[in-house]
Amino acid sequence: MSSARDGAHTPGSPGGRTAAGATPQGNVAPHPDDTAPAATDTPSTLHDLEDLAQEVEDDAEHRPPPAGPAANLVIAALVVALGAAAAVGALALGAGTARTPGPGLWPLLLGVLLVVLGLALAATARRTTDTEQFSRSSWLVLAGLATMLVFVALIGTIGFEIPAVLLAFVWLRFLGGESWRTSAIVSVAVVVAFYLVFVAALSVPVPHLF
Amino acid sequence: MDLAPVLDGFAVVLEPTNLLYCLIGVVVGMLVGVLPGLGPAATIAILLPITIGIEPVTAIIMLAGIFYGAQYGGTITSVLLKLPGEASSVVTVFDGYAMARQGRAGTALGIAAIGSFAGGTISIVALSFLAPLVASFALDFGPPEYTALALLGILLVATVSSGSRLKAVVAAGVGLLLATVGRDGFTATERFTFGNLNLADGLDFVPIAMGLFGLGEILYNLEQRHNATQAPTTVANVWPSRQDLRQSSGAIGRGSVIGFFLGILPGGGATLSSLAAYAVEKRRSKTPERFGKGAVEGVAGPETANNAAATSSFIPLLTLGIPANATMAVIFGALLVVGVTPGPQLVTEEPELFWGVVNSMYIGNILLLIMSIPLVGLFVKILRVRPAILAPITVLITLIGVYTVNNSVFDIVLVIVFGVLGYLMKKAGFDPGPLLLAFVLGALLEDGLRRSLLIFDGDATGFFTRPISGTLLVVFLLVAVYPFVATLRNRRRQEQAQDTSDPNTKELV
Repeated sequence: MSSARDGAHTPGSPGGRTAAGATPQGNVAPHPDDTAPAATDTPSTLHDLEDLAQEVEDDAEHRPPPAGPAANLVIAALVVALGAAAAVGALALGAGTARTPGPGLWPLLLGVLLVVLGLALAATARRTTDTEQFSRSSWLVLAGLATMLVFVALIGTIGFEIPAVLLAFVWLRFLGGESWRTSAIVSVAVVVAFYLVFVAALSVPVPHLF
Repeated sequence: MDLAPVLDGFAVVLEPTNLLYCLIGVVVGMLVGVLPGLGPAATIAILLPITIGIEPVTAIIMLAGIFYGAQYGGTITSVLLKLPGEASSVVTVFDGYAMARQGRAGTALGIAAIGSFAGGTISIVALSFLAPLVASFALDFGPPEYTALALLGILLVATVSSGSRLKAVVAAGVGLLLATVGRDGFTATERFTFGNLNLADGLDFVPIAMGLFGLGEILYNLEQRHNATQAPTTVANVWPSRQDLRQSSGAIGRGSVIGFFLGILPGGGATLSSLAAYAVEKRRSKTPERFGKGAVEGVAGPETANNAAATSSFIPLLTLGIPANATMAVIFGALLVVGVTPGPQLVTEEPELFWGVVNSMYIGNILLLIMSIPLVGLFVKILRVRPAILAPITVLITLIGVYTVNNSVFDIVLVIVFGVLGYLMKKAGFDPGPLLLAFVLGALLEDGLRRSLLIFDGDATGFFTRPISGTLLVVFLLVAVYPFVATLRNRRRQEQAQDTSDPNTKELV
């Protein structure tokens, strides 16, 4: 099965498919259901099936266009940097010898492995098509992250209720596009339900204000 | 085989409390499993905290319920929304979604539940006989064998994971590195803790699994915005007609066998077996043109096979202590958390726990069948709740849930960090599965390697002089080298094809 996947990653065929995902329709345009691959093709071999399964998966996720070689190089560089840092840290711990392995031996091997793998990633950066671009909606993820950081910063001092309402409200109103009314009602209702389950019923020791 | 512990195990499992927990597990597993984009690994990860603090056997039974519920949850979204929760239910989409569009969603879900039950049960029966045999064989394994086995297991999972193989191996490497954080078992030296007391005991498995699979997936979905396929309002006729049952009985039988045998293989057993079962059904059918247009066998075969495979992939986990895929890695971690160490010693030393695990799977399977049919209506209603409303609820469950495991705010920080890592990995085309698997096996691997080096007096060739570890390592090398050979051969073949064919194709490349 892996060889079929491999085929799909060679420069020829898959580029076509990925490009098709990024055609004028873009990743926001709703796909009409009639284009469901299963309805048009009738696969019989395992190879066809795998390709088809991949299409269904891609279709379900609406993957954005692939990022360019520069992004792939950055990723490769990060892997090399992580490996190098691990190797340096491992040497400081003391690798010992094969006869008397020290605490740094295994991390050193892993660090070297990651450096080699990172270089291999860099070598294939131009042919890599499975990296995604950041899009405008990536900001949503950053906003979601911010709400979680606020949550974790506040939970220790003022309990979970207020930060949880804030988090739910932001996710509903600004990240989910619900109306003000729905957002307000749902966020309070969810936290009340959580309070009743976790604190009142199960008496789980979550930090709480009330 | 001594039957007494098996029967004792059943008595334990059938206690009312345990049945109740199993029931809760099935329902909660299905509830979270139907959330679009959350596969079984993510579902189990998110629900890990609720199994903590319960008695080991009860917790295992609940886990089995969650496991089967989560599997079936993915089937529900495949059929109704064309959104497979994981790779192994992708094929279900072909005929399942077609059936749903013909108003036969109920039949598709019903036959999937029956097939899952049959496949799962057949697989467990086979497992009950096979697992003790494998375990007794593995009892002689020493550190070199475990080192080789863990290496091979990680590599195989990386090889068959979705996406780039190179990236999967990188992810596994990072997982192994993360496993080294904390106090070294041999010398008590603190490694990569940066003076942080919270890291001295190493990274905890739960926040990593919950972050990588749960939170990472939610963050990723936040960006992707699934286009809103409306779920049907009602699903009728969940119990398939006699004709449907007759039509799919063969598919269920064949699916069970295919699933059981392919599931034992490490890696994508469940995925491969569902593809194989579909192909077999189509090949055997007298009317193959119905496939892809709502053939009931096209749902029954793969759904039976993936559940049978999901069950038989417990064999390497329970007998060797080596998880065969990402979902099993989560289960492995969960079993460790509740106090069960999977491995060959489990059958002999703690038979009540071993048979508790096995028998809880029987019960989970039966409860799944009983619960899925009346509850399908409820799940359809959940699917109609907008993802925008479900997302913050899942986030809060994750953040508060991970806190309750150790009552530690640091764990919430960890889950967020790994959530971001999971999101970035997905963006960059890295499958988080191999990372988690490698993290779980990291300590075993390092321990085995260092002990082996001590045994061999520093001579690494010693691995090849022992028959089992030598064989495993040769297989390891073959699997590691094969892709390069295959790529070279493909490239050569392509070049030949290009030379002979129309020059226009060159422009496409």
